[in-house]
Amino acid sequence: MDMKVQHRHPPLPEQVILGERDQALITLIQTGLPLSKTPYADLGRSLGMDEEEVISRLKNLIDDKVIKRFGVVVRHHELGYRANAMVVWDIPDDIISDLGSCLGQFDFVTLCYRRPRRLPEWPYNLFTMIHGQDRDDVLENVQLLVESCGLNEIGHKVLFSTRRFKQRGAIYRKTEMTD
Amino acid sequence: MSQTSANMNDLKKNIPDELDKHLLNDFQYGFPLEPRPFKKIAERLGTTEDVVIDRLNELQDQGTVSRVGAVFRANSIGASTLAAMSVPEKKIEGVAAMVSDYSEVNHNYLREHHFNLWFVVTASDEQALNVVLDDIEHRSGLPVMYLPMQEDFHIDLGFDLKWT
Repeated sequence: MDMKVQHRHPPLPEQVILGERDQALITLIQTGLPLSKTPYADLGRSLGMDEEEVISRLKNLIDDKVIKRFGVVVRHHELGYRANAMVVWDIPDDIISDLGSCLGQFDFVTLCYRRPRRLPEWPYNLFTMIHGQDRDDVLENVQLLVESCGLNEIGHKVLFSTRRFKQRGAIYRKTEMTD
Repeated sequence: MSQTSANMNDLKKNIPDELDKHLLNDFQYGFPLEPRPFKKIAERLGTTEDVVIDRLNELQDQGTVSRVGAVFRANSIGASTLAAMSVPEKKIEGVAAMVSDYSEVNHNYLREHHFNLWFVVTASDEQALNVVLDDIEHRSGLPVMYLPMQEDFHIDLGFDLKWT
């Protein structure tokens, strides 16, 4: 079986086309803001932008939803949320938008994505990431989702993580400049 | 200053004090986009800009804060996919280490399932992404299941931390 051909479909959603200056800014902020008194001005200095330009570009990227959230990014595990599970659901295609929106509104659900099924070995098409202080806490949250969104008839699986080999922010573009 | 040293002791035990809790919880979104953001935060929390900056540095060193900055919408810039492999028990250490070694892999977890290794690959574009996925398949001799995001239903307002 040619897994590659089967598994590369469907194509990825279209990328947003960004100008060079936005790209340069993104490259620089993907590892976080400098913790200085004037972080935007400091970022701008290495980009040849003034503070005002950095701030207005960031605002636009947020408005355009390229940046989904801008703020303090915490690590759940280090804060006592020791358990996390990827909970996957097999939802009929015609109701996935409604149920996805229902699941996506809970604060303990930190990701809620539709992804392709890979039949026959993988029937699940909705992926939620659920954090909790321990396994029971996670399972209670799953139960709350089942009741709140009416998922009794929907097949699901709870994949607890047992080891974290790596976790860090994504690096979309490798830095070409080092200062 | 005496407050600061008490805070230092708490931090050593990794127990967040009141200020830490607000820093961790209240600015996960809507972070000030103005010239002196940490001064703005300090005003809201009744402290000084220096204290806010020092404390965020400490939280970052401790690992409770990953960064202060942007969470990008998946695939809005660059290309990324979730990927899974079914790795035999005795090969898991080697394959997991090999996967983690790629700078394009930013999450890599062992999970309780027949598909036991789950990781996220992010690259500048789809072609660069495929190079990494092919390489992992080739080097491990195991098929990789690709599960790119098709639709995002999540409204990201951060994570409401409950202190017990």
